[in-house]
Amino acid sequence: MGPLVPDIIGPNLNFVVALFIGIAFGWILEQAGFSTSKKLVGLFYGYDFTVLRVFFTGGIVAMAGVITLQHFGLLDINLTYINPTFIWSALVGGLIMGLGFVVGGFCPGTSVCAAAIGKIDAILFIAGSALGVLLFAEGYPLFEGLYKAGNWGNPQVFESTGLSKPLFAFLLTTMALLAFWAVSLIEARVRGEKPAYVHLSRTSIAVAGVGVLIAFSAFVLPSKKDALLGEAAASASTQSRARVMSLDEFAFRVLDADPRLQIIDFRPAKESGSGRLPKSVSFTVDNLFEKEPARLLGRRHVISVFVASDEATERRMAGIAEGLGYKHIHVLEGGLNAFNTEILHFDSTKVPHTRQEIDTYRFRNRARRTLPALIAANTFSGPVKKTIKRAVGGC
Amino acid sequence: MTSPKEYMNPYVAGALLGLLLTLTIFITGRGLGASGAMKSATVATMQTIAPSHTKEATFYKDYTVEHPEGALKNWLVFEVIGVVIGAFLSGLLSRRLSFVLEHGPRTTRAVRVVGALFGGALFGFGAQLGRGCTSGAALSGMAVLSTGGIITMLAIFGGAYAFAYFFRKFWV
Repeated sequence: MGPLVPDIIGPNLNFVVALFIGIAFGWILEQAGFSTSKKLVGLFYGYDFTVLRVFFTGGIVAMAGVITLQHFGLLDINLTYINPTFIWSALVGGLIMGLGFVVGGFCPGTSVCAAAIGKIDAILFIAGSALGVLLFAEGYPLFEGLYKAGNWGNPQVFESTGLSKPLFAFLLTTMALLAFWAVSLIEARVRGEKPAYVHLSRTSIAVAGVGVLIAFSAFVLPSKKDALLGEAAASASTQSRARVMSLDEFAFRVLDADPRLQIIDFRPAKESGSGRLPKSVSFTVDNLFEKEPARLLGRRHVISVFVASDEATERRMAGIAEGLGYKHIHVLEGGLNAFNTEILHFDSTKVPHTRQEIDTYRFRNRARRTLPALIAANTFSGPVKKTIKRAVGGC
Repeated sequence: MTSPKEYMNPYVAGALLGLLLTLTIFITGRGLGASGAMKSATVATMQTIAPSHTKEATFYKDYTVEHPEGALKNWLVFEVIGVVIGAFLSGLLSRRLSFVLEHGPRTTRAVRVVGALFGGALFGFGAQLGRGCTSGAALSGMAVLSTGGIITMLAIFGGAYAFAYFFRKFWV
């Protein structure tokens, strides 16, 4: 599951990746014609809309790509960088950049690209940018108020507008297509030519078709998450192949402080209160689908026991975890409700008869007296929240 | 000397750009960028020529806290070095390498020099205030559907259209 940094690709290899991504980025920008200011500003005077076409196609494809990866459980959006929203600095900074665009004829990325092929105006633009950064740095105390005003956090636009994500993506794509059509007409009029219809080779149309199909599948097919959740809700809870751990074995491993034991507690926070078992980690269904928390389940040589109030919930969760490819999941016999009545509140007045019953009696009576202290002493609520760390990004 | 090759079809270039951005987000969890590298270079320069000042001023202190490994050991610095290489190779293969100062038909070289410097300064400043430029905020922000990124994008292009009329002599 992506992002591959930092687990699969370490921080230093990431710099090498950055170099190669940069090479591809620079090559695409130059091939598209972003290395000349005349072509770039054509957008604002109506004679050349290359920038709009490249930029919007790129944005739409990337948006669809990210949605598709996320949909099929290949990318954890909680770990990717979402540009923060500071409303006032975004607006004022954006307007200043717009002014800089028509005055200078470049934006930072394109200026680097143009400078690389020898455009002197681009080299001057870069020098100017450095001065602009310097001005901001030196005057920072003056601008800090505006820079930090109106902090909305890191919302995604469908959260801010209240539209659903697929609807928003659809609207944005439609807008882009309409814009492509409209600018072709404007461009033709400004240049005094007939509108040039798009000429794409058969290969590009075929490749684009496959891309559209994949992206479209993200709208039609249920996501991996929805599919597994639906399956878990529908199927009889007995179908899970999870092994059942008996109450006594469970209590013994807890008392014994078994280093291999890992308790995954699915009770909602308000239900469990302060009564968390030692070495237990608090989990939600969503955690199973997230990269960081679910890492615990992939650990080797540990016995993961899913606990919840009742065994049916445990089995449902175990079924989802198995669907996600995790193995060796155990569930607690009868759930924590049974654990409460049979172990924590063991009725010691019941007289045992057989030898086995006597052993059980002795053990449960000891567990009843020792376990509450262990639970009370336990303040460990799990690393689930803490380990979530987004990638650092932005300019 | 043969003439330069034609530019790539903009929709094909856009699709490649979008796929590259998707791949970047999948691998690194972050998008593309450019102005951040200029910031790194500026901060590194200031740290070298005025170390006592950069230890005092808030902006540099904050930057050092956020980038403990040094200003230049930054993802965007490596990426922008790549952009220079990639663009150079593309220009070389398409026969577009040449030292020229491009300017509009109705302006002088001097106006273009001042315009490029001044426009660069505005963009550099605005990108700091707006937390990213056309690549880092607008394009990458659109890919992850960030509200802030999309607002910045609208402001950049809206601003450019709003001011374009006043600078038309620069270009047409």
